[in-house]
Amino acid sequence: MNNADVRIEATDLRRSFKTRAAVDGLTLRVTAGEIYGLVGPDAAGKTTTLRMLAGVLDPSGGSVRLIGRDPFGKDGSFREALGYMPQEYSLYGDLTVAENLAFYREMFCLSRDAFRQRRERLLEITRLAEFKDRRAQALSGGMYKKLALACALLHEPKVLLLDEPTNGVDPVSRREFWDLLHDFLIEGMAIVFATPNMDEAARCHRVGLLFEGRLLEEGPPTTLLGAFQDTVFRVRGDRAKVTAALETQADVLAFTPAGAELRIVVRRGREEPVLSVLSGLGAQTTPATASFEELFLTRVRDRADARREEKSVS
Amino acid sequence: MSDEVSVRVKGLNKRFGAFVAVSDVSFEVKKGEIFGYLGANGAGKSTTIRMLCGLLSVTSGDVEVAGVDVVHRANAVRHAIGYMSQKFSLYLDLTVSENLEFFGGAYELFGRAFRKRRDAVMHSLALDKLSGELTGSLPAGLRQRLALACAILHEPHVVFLDEPTAGVDPGARRNFWRLIRRLADDGTTIFVTTHYMDEAEYCDRVGLMVAGRLAALDTPEALKRTLVPGRMYELLGADAAEVKKTAKDLALVGVEPFGATLHVRVAEGGPDAATLKRELSSRGVHVANVSDAEVTLEDVFLCVVGGAEKPNKVPEEAKAS
Repeated sequence: MNNADVRIEATDLRRSFKTRAAVDGLTLRVTAGEIYGLVGPDAAGKTTTLRMLAGVLDPSGGSVRLIGRDPFGKDGSFREALGYMPQEYSLYGDLTVAENLAFYREMFCLSRDAFRQRRERLLEITRLAEFKDRRAQALSGGMYKKLALACALLHEPKVLLLDEPTNGVDPVSRREFWDLLHDFLIEGMAIVFATPNMDEAARCHRVGLLFEGRLLEEGPPTTLLGAFQDTVFRVRGDRAKVTAALETQADVLAFTPAGAELRIVVRRGREEPVLSVLSGLGAQTTPATASFEELFLTRVRDRADARREEKSVS
Repeated sequence: MSDEVSVRVKGLNKRFGAFVAVSDVSFEVKKGEIFGYLGANGAGKSTTIRMLCGLLSVTSGDVEVAGVDVVHRANAVRHAIGYMSQKFSLYLDLTVSENLEFFGGAYELFGRAFRKRRDAVMHSLALDKLSGELTGSLPAGLRQRLALACAILHEPHVVFLDEPTAGVDPGARRNFWRLIRRLADDGTTIFVTTHYMDEAEYCDRVGLMVAGRLAALDTPEALKRTLVPGRMYELLGADAAEVKKTAKDLALVGVEPFGATLHVRVAEGGPDAATLKRELSSRGVHVANVSDAEVTLEDVFLCVVGGAEKPNKVPEEAKAS
């Protein structure tokens, strides 16, 4: 990795709320043209991390550099390089779609021509053009998200921090979202994408799996999947019966519906007993390759199990 | 699921000025059925739900929910339905049990009757240990569960869930759906919208809205069969743009990224996995592995809503109901 290209850098980042450590020694780097997926269950520390990266929440320890500058220092010049889309409502509800965009234009002092051009492109891609006179508070959840993204992208920042940007966004728009992000990535933007949505995580260049404020794993999705040890099967059978039977099996680490089938993750070396239960129900099984969601569910469960054991010992 | 009809909608229309939000929508939902209502943002899903709940007047059409004519007697339907809205409906500075008490009061549940229902709901949704917790301090997954608890406290016949799991992590989403299935098995009718297509697979039937119209309605299985015919393959380690270049040559009907893989569909009678891999390689397209894949509802959604190759045809079943 070329140091000159590092756009976002967090070193041993920490943040506690009272006695609880929300972020507990996090180190990550994102380079120009890279999209980094920050994934984890609820309360893992994703939002706290992004808020510290954006310079809106003071860390309890560690440091942050955005385009080489300290977002907590006196020099405010990093702000123009930053686009931040928080998870909560961030727009003016009583302004229309067009007015919200105009507000962001003023904030970033865009020229009239640049603004028009970018606005048209963003409205078209987000399919908000026909709603441009609607007030933000009257938009559906997904449309609101799209407008917030458009506002964060309007000044074409070098660094983009997205906190669960596609919650409530439909599958077609979600794909368009990604196409849009790819255009900006090619132009050299660095993006951190926090999401609970695993198929999106799998499309990032690198992924960090965050749990209880720490990174459990980090790397390109295909590398992480390649190192996955447990066994995945596709199961075809009576879904209700199969589900009921699998819920009591401790060696079934995860199960997911996939069309009419189920996909299950079985602890390595414990395949035989599970398969015999399934064949007893008349279900057919075929081996499959792990998906990113299965990796996530299994890792989080492993970690939670380990945590429980630590607690019961102490 | 019984044969009793719980929700009956006929020729429903809603206009806001010149904007047609819902256009000639008709369907029925049976008691104890999980009915999934899908569509793009702005397709008219929430508008439909709000009319079904009597919160928004209809422009024209008939709506009957739990035997009540909602168009003329909107207030009478309140006790028969539970509604979990997309926007957050809980008081964050109240505790879990205080929120339940508030909603209990709204439905005129007091004293012993309230306590009995509160305890039953908290137990069945595994909220017992959280009763004194401040709602604002709960993670999203638990808040959703509490919102569901508030929506079912008064034992409604029909529960409307508008994107109940947006922003909830995969583990918590799964638990949530287990609760929904249990509710349905006990006879509660569930009307749910979601943008997670893996969740839509849990529904007994699924309706797809496109620009205010009900474009398709059927079981997940039948939708896949009628709307996404052909065979689906999963490609590992292939570049979407490269594969798309061969689409015409190899009669590929669709190429879509799915997580780190690609989903490629070939027309009926197309090549098998091994042949497809060979054909791609011979055209210089790198691919690590090709395997058979299931058609998912996401494929259906992309086809119907994304306006892909297939025209937005209404299947016969949808017209009949």
